[in-house]
Amino acid sequence: MTAVHTEFAVPESRTARHPVTAPVPLARVLQVELRKMFDTRSGFWLMASIGITELLATAAVILFAPDRDLTYSNFGAAIGAPMAVILPIVAILSVTSEWSQRSGLTTFTLVPQRGRVIGAKAIASVLVAVVSMLLAFAIGAIGNLVGTAIRGTTVVWDISFAQGLCIVLANVLGLLTGFMLGVLIRNSAGAIVGYFVYSFVLPPLLAVLAASQQWFEDLRGWVDVNYAQGALFNVTPSGEQWAQIGVTGLCWLIIPLLVGLRLVMRSEVK
Amino acid sequence: MITIDALTKRYGGYTAVDDISFTARPGRVTGFLGPNGAGKSTTMRIVVGLTPPSAGRATIAGRRFADLPNPGLQVGVLLDASAQHAGRTGREILTIAQRTMGLPAGRVRDMLDLVSLTGAEAERRVANYSLGMRQRLGIAVALIGDPEVLVLDEPANGLDPAGIRWMRDLLRGYADRGGTVLLSSHLLHEIEVIADDIVVIGNGRIVSQGTKTELLQAAGTVVRAADLDGLARALSGAGCTVSRSADGAIRTDADPVRIGELALRAGIALTELRPADGAGLEEMFLQLTAETQREGAAA
Repeated sequence: MTAVHTEFAVPESRTARHPVTAPVPLARVLQVELRKMFDTRSGFWLMASIGITELLATAAVILFAPDRDLTYSNFGAAIGAPMAVILPIVAILSVTSEWSQRSGLTTFTLVPQRGRVIGAKAIASVLVAVVSMLLAFAIGAIGNLVGTAIRGTTVVWDISFAQGLCIVLANVLGLLTGFMLGVLIRNSAGAIVGYFVYSFVLPPLLAVLAASQQWFEDLRGWVDVNYAQGALFNVTPSGEQWAQIGVTGLCWLIIPLLVGLRLVMRSEVK
Repeated sequence: MITIDALTKRYGGYTAVDDISFTARPGRVTGFLGPNGAGKSTTMRIVVGLTPPSAGRATIAGRRFADLPNPGLQVGVLLDASAQHAGRTGREILTIAQRTMGLPAGRVRDMLDLVSLTGAEAERRVANYSLGMRQRLGIAVALIGDPEVLVLDEPANGLDPAGIRWMRDLLRGYADRGGTVLLSSHLLHEIEVIADDIVVIGNGRIVSQGTKTELLQAAGTVVRAADLDGLARALSGAGCTVSRSADGAIRTDADPVRIGELALRAGIALTELRPADGAGLEEMFLQLTAETQREGAAA
């Protein structure tokens, strides 16, 4: 036993080699989480598909749209459609892969503050959304210039800066909806199906309900989150529409996100 | 140092870990031994903060794992070598760990060398790794932060005999330099060859713990004689436990000196007399965990 006791001194010198005061800073976690979005083959192609679909959508408008529809807003709308699908999936997979691929066992032992990891993923996802949208506006602008030059029509710039911001916000909200479902469900397939139900199955059903029931038609802006956020794509929203975006966002995004975060904090990582 | 104090984990009415306490000390390899489903993995997940305990606590150098500022530099963890994104390359998984801990990039190369993964293997995606390669990668991730404590769940699974030998030498050297190693296994032999201290767990409870030497002594003595029945009578007559093995030997809790005296008095010539050692430890392991093991009755 004496031999063992003399060895006790060694770990202390090992500890001294690492000053244990510095926690893992958020910036470093963010950098790592961004890297993890690109470093698998599926992740890389998911990211690449953002640029690829933006180019395809632009080319389709140039090839197929009638001359009068060669406007910047139509390029924007065409590019926005694939973004509404891909960006939420980016956010979903960044969260759910930790559970579905079980890499969370390593992630959450290296950074036990799970809120910090999830926060870094949220920031990384929003960064990807903003950069994707800026890229979309740039590709749309080039498409608008090239398309009108080919067809010999006048160039129409019909998206104001404020409208542009609203469109970015709408896409960020869509991405955060995916993020929320990822945190809440923590399973890739489940969260993606959840997002499609939420964004593509519910809206037409609610539209049918609104068409047949006057009381729901009157109430719709305050309960139908997709309908409320739709205002962001059209013209600049009114004060009431902003309020509706806020109320539906609170009920359909913030509250479920908080529930999901609470589950993430307390759940077992297996 | 890992201190586990009255740790309990319940899932509804099922108690996976039932009030266990033990310490894994620096400079020693502590083997955590038990049959499948005994609660080893649950305990280890609680130690590294992935599972919240129902009661009790687990600390590393006096602090809860979640309170360690940059835990990768203090505790190396390998819970499941397959729990990695299958689409990442081995090198990328190490790079993520290196970046998270804020280590120099050269550590990735060092670790690949340490665990003998070649450059070409490191560029392959983990989906294409054998279990043995995943274990090596997992060990590399655990060691990259040069931690003082290692927590390894079944690290020898999937390794070939040379790999097991390599792992044993690696962990021995690590402990000899003052590190604390807690490793689990359901294979007695693995634990026996590497551990200094052994904690045996069954059905969520600790059934035995101590240094390997103590447990080996407790395993008793093996004795053979031409007149086996006479010897058995002499031993049980003196109040010693007697169990006959199929290969014509008697295992007893009496020490060799006492057996020699009893045999002399009974006029029986012994053909073999030795401490039970490994074989005895296995017998003990099967006995200790008999009620909890699926094949309990057969043991």
